[in-house]
Amino acid sequence: MSTGTITDMFAYEFMNNAFAAAGIVAVVSGLVGYFLVMRAQAFAGHALSHIGFAGATGAGLIGLAPLWGLIGFTLAAGIAMGLMSERISNRDVAIGVVLALALGFGLLFLHYYTAFATQATAILFGNVLAVDRRTIATLGLLGVVTLAALAAIMRPLIFASLQPELAEAKSVPLRFVGTAFLAVVALAVSECAQIVGVLLVFALMVGPPAAAQRLTSGLWSGLTLAAAFALAEAWLGLTIAFYSDWPVSFCIALLSALGYFLALGWPVRRAPVTVA
Amino acid sequence: MTAIQLDRVTLRIGARTVLREVSFAIESGEFIGVLGPNGAGKTTLMRAILGLLPPSAGSLRVFGESPRRGDRQIGYLPQVRTVLPDLRLRGRDFIASSLNGERWGVPSLSRADRGMIDETLDLVGARDLAARPLSDMSGGERQRLLLAQALIGKPRLLLLDEPLISLDARHQEIVIEVVRQVNRERGVTVLFSAHELNQLIGALDRVLYLGSGRAVLGTVEEVIRAPVLSALYGTDIQVVRAEGHIFVMARGRDVEHVEHQHEHRHHH
Repeated sequence: MSTGTITDMFAYEFMNNAFAAAGIVAVVSGLVGYFLVMRAQAFAGHALSHIGFAGATGAGLIGLAPLWGLIGFTLAAGIAMGLMSERISNRDVAIGVVLALALGFGLLFLHYYTAFATQATAILFGNVLAVDRRTIATLGLLGVVTLAALAAIMRPLIFASLQPELAEAKSVPLRFVGTAFLAVVALAVSECAQIVGVLLVFALMVGPPAAAQRLTSGLWSGLTLAAAFALAEAWLGLTIAFYSDWPVSFCIALLSALGYFLALGWPVRRAPVTVA
Repeated sequence: MTAIQLDRVTLRIGARTVLREVSFAIESGEFIGVLGPNGAGKTTLMRAILGLLPPSAGSLRVFGESPRRGDRQIGYLPQVRTVLPDLRLRGRDFIASSLNGERWGVPSLSRADRGMIDETLDLVGARDLAARPLSDMSGGERQRLLLAQALIGKPRLLLLDEPLISLDARHQEIVIEVVRQVNRERGVTVLFSAHELNQLIGALDRVLYLGSGRAVLGTVEEVIRAPVLSALYGTDIQVVRAEGHIFVMARGRDVEHVEHQHEHRHHH
């Protein structure tokens, strides 16, 4: 491939916009997703994105931009899930029920606002090639807010995730930290859905961090690698989509799965064990 | 100096009275074995010392002060430990999470923090665990790592809640040996709860036996006697001594090995 073809890709403004938007979202998704995987809360993240679908279609019904509906619904749901988590004994079942209900509502909103139906595909599977400069600015601002919130709670979040019993004894407010984290996840999911759609947020939020955690056991190296993988998969996905004419979200999902399974098969280097 | 002093302390969890008007004093530097049937209040007592459960009556003092949450003088190893079996995080980063873990912001370790972590890892012979991911460790290795963590920051008091559970005999001996060494060399006061007395006999200074809402503190000879334990268990107890081992029996069975029948005992 000559450099000429690469220049071709960036000759289009929509590709430049797509690279900028996907870059911002990939870094946020990789970093937030690292903790989602660490806390084994991937399913909760999945549920939040589905709840976001109802929010996005609901927003369309009342004439708002889908992004604000997404943020409103996922944020409310994330906070509610965080506050209730101690009372729900079977978390996965409760999340599953709410998830189905949310998708049902999304369908109902679509039913009453049929003009919106063409946009439904964009919400479900993403439409990064249609991102404009204003959306990039919004995503950038949201990204900064999300990462600032994550940084603020990071130390107690790690402590509470790894050793909740000890963290409680050391006066870490477990419920607050858990709820604040789900609010951060809600923001990240809303952003991520702009790129790959609500059905495929796992491609950027779970695949790259899970692959990173297979390859390194360090905290900072894991975070760095998670963000780098997400970024590489998003940008490479865009490039492949440009030259193959396949949907972008498919390409990113494919790379995410490929990265994860390659990491699973990667020979793990074990530190030498000294016998005491 | 007195490390822990209880004066007519009553501890309740909801409507249940776990300890009723209990009084005793543990001196600084003592190694105390905490024994008693399940539900007798071993964990509850430790939570009260940590300031997580305020006494509903009486006075509880830790180094002369009221217990407060997050007291840095106390190293704690909880009984219930969340196990993330797939967590591929290395040992050093795992225990580093507890260092100032209650503070907001992004985690960072100073050179002094790193030195302190290495020092405690060496102390429990767990230096080799620092670079290995948790998912590759055995139960015994995880336990040693958690013990190292409880020792970070040179605490004056160690609360170890069932640290021997799910360990094989060799690892149990290692844990007891390390704790005894820290207790001797650093003068750290130790509360060590366990199901079995015999492993601890060589290490402990005194026994704190809990049962039926009461507590008896004394030497093994003073406490492990039929009349004392019968009162604590609320049933006829025999104490059998054989070849340096002590067996506490109820109706011909070793009570330390039939713990679960006591789990749902009601206190009147």
